[in-house]
Amino acid sequence: MADVIRVESLKRIYRMGDVEVAALQGLDFAIPEGQMVAIMGPSGSGKSTLLNLLGCLDRPSAGRYFLGGEEVGRKSDDALADVRNRRIGFVFQNYNLLPQLTALENVELPLVYRGLGRTQRRKRAEDALAAVGLAERRHHRPLELSGGQQQRVSVARALAGEPDVILADEPTGNLDSTSGEEVLRLFLALHKSGRTIVIVTHDEDVALHTERIVRLRDGRVVADDPVPASSRHTLGEVQEL
Amino acid sequence: MMILESMRMAWRSLMMGKLRAFLTMLGIIIGVGAVIALISIGQAATGSVTSQIQALGSNLITVTPMRSAGAVLYYPQDVAWLKQVVPQISADAPLMTGQVTSDYGSQSYATTLMGTSPASLQIQGRKLAAGRYIIASDVTYRRAVAVIGPTVEQQLFGVTSGLGKTIYVNGTPLAVIGVLQSAGGSFGANADDVILTPVTTAEEILGTNQVSSIIAEARSSDIAPLAVAQIEAVMDARFASQNAAVVVSQDQILSALSTITNTLTLMLGGIAGISLLVGGIGIMNIMLVTVAERTREIGLRKAIGARRGAILTQFLVESGILSLVGGAIGALLGGLGATIMARALGWSGGVATNSIVLALGFSLVVGIVFGMWPAMRASRLDPIEALRQG
Ligand SMILES: Nc1ncnc2c1ncn2[C@@H]1O[C@H](COP(=O)(O)OP(=O)(O)OP(=O)(O)O)[C@@H](O)[C@H]1O
Ligand SMILES: [Mg+2]
Repeated sequence: MADVIRVESLKRIYRMGDVEVAALQGLDFAIPEGQMVAIMGPSGSGKSTLLNLLGCLDRPSAGRYFLGGEEVGRKSDDALADVRNRRIGFVFQNYNLLPQLTALENVELPLVYRGLGRTQRRKRAEDALAAVGLAERRHHRPLELSGGQQQRVSVARALAGEPDVILADEPTGNLDSTSGEEVLRLFLALHKSGRTIVIVTHDEDVALHTERIVRLRDGRVVADDPVPASSRHTLGEVQEL
Repeated sequence: MMILESMRMAWRSLMMGKLRAFLTMLGIIIGVGAVIALISIGQAATGSVTSQIQALGSNLITVTPMRSAGAVLYYPQDVAWLKQVVPQISADAPLMTGQVTSDYGSQSYATTLMGTSPASLQIQGRKLAAGRYIIASDVTYRRAVAVIGPTVEQQLFGVTSGLGKTIYVNGTPLAVIGVLQSAGGSFGANADDVILTPVTTAEEILGTNQVSSIIAEARSSDIAPLAVAQIEAVMDARFASQNAAVVVSQDQILSALSTITNTLTLMLGGIAGISLLVGGIGIMNIMLVTVAERTREIGLRKAIGARRGAILTQFLVESGILSLVGGAIGALLGGLGATIMARALGWSGGVATNSIVLALGFSLVVGIVFGMWPAMRASRLDPIEALRQG
């Protein structure tokens, strides 16, 4: 299968005055379409830096990044905004829902920036909310929802844009084990329906639900192994999404 | 992104903090309200003054001899002389003025006595409310008669009519033969506070035969400037002085007064405009705070694909709504204030429509100009930095 993501000698160096922090010191890997990958590593190893680059929120200091075969590293700000809008779905550790909007409106938001008409937008957002099991909560505001529900709304938001890749930075980090499991189940369902998913996590158990674990340390890949079916954790029967 | 979406978005954000939105608008409300109220009141005042002066007859010319330049005019010879040497005037009349005390029963009132001749009624464009005016024989036979202004009537007679009664002016008994109609409005205050007598009667009461001024009527308003020039020339020639008389036509007074009131209106509007500017700075201040508080929101919007322009528009629309809604409320209050004020002062003419358009346009400009900087700041935020905050 074709690689959705491919990076070559990817570097990211932060400059703070005279001090340089090499957060990523040359990464090479590719992620084929439909794969579910976990990125692990100790704190400060560069996981978030990498995910920001993959999500086109940031530009590499050196090296190349191909998304769907197209190099995106050198695009303009607005062109990158369009890439994020159409091809990337983000899920954050702290949900990042807008408090003044309802769940449904939050899910609609990427489609608003895409310029989609109102009825079409609403339909897609409602479908996405239904898919994460929150159809009845669509008119609730984020503060009226539990953490787990908020994270499911944010998964729906990532889903509604039908992106090429879904990127999640510690999506279960703020959740208790039950809600964490619900969210993880969503990712597994998305994976089952063929989506490419990259999850940054500290949780070995979460990582063991994926197909492949990339381990970083000090901005380098120190291990990149498939998770053998024998040691794969499962959540029982997972419905396609 | 469509502007409609931006407006819905901005509305939702503003509804999150209604009190803050209102307080932010307050500056604009006060500014726009003040601009509209003051300009409307100024224009109403101008209109009222203008119409009152025009009612006095636009052909009126007042000639006041300057005693300091050695110019003195006497009744009756100089009144006749002026009419003779200035062919541009169709009529003239003396005004012999002095401060007097008038009495009726136990009522006493200090006012202005004006000795004059029959022509003055028409020259000054006055009308009678009751009785008759001074006639030629009153002057000839020095009749002890008086025509009183409404203020004098009210002071001496209260609500009853003064017609036919006898009043004492500096001790001289005078029969009230007529009452003037009010000259109207604030400008009429002086014109209504007056006792008119035949000029010959005034000579005896005031003990002089010098006139304070001569009023004349130009044959037409076109010819009035010419008449003014001619009067100045004959007066200067006669008294061998550069400034023997102050000669003013109604037109000159009118244009001088409108210049004053227009300047006043502009000044008031300008002062109010400054408060609008202060309101704009208030909006900028709050928008900067808003952008700082919502850094994360901006980061999130960018992360899910908002372009710079979309963020810029969102915040510009937000400050635009604040200033426009504030402007609309201000226009309403200002218009209301101006209307109430105009009613109270008895002025015609309501709210100045041009001031509404001006103030609303200006407030929108203020909102956009002062919203620009905060909005630019928001649109330039780096998404990762922004998301990291809070
Ligand atoms: N904006 C920045 N400016 C300077 N240095 C930074 C910046 N962001 C990250 N770094 C540095 O880059 C390195 C990698 O940071 P990163 O946030 O990617 O780590 P991480 O693996 O996500 O850690 P964690 O598990 O704690 O989230 C760290 O040394 C960090 O201090
Ligand atoms: Mg991190």
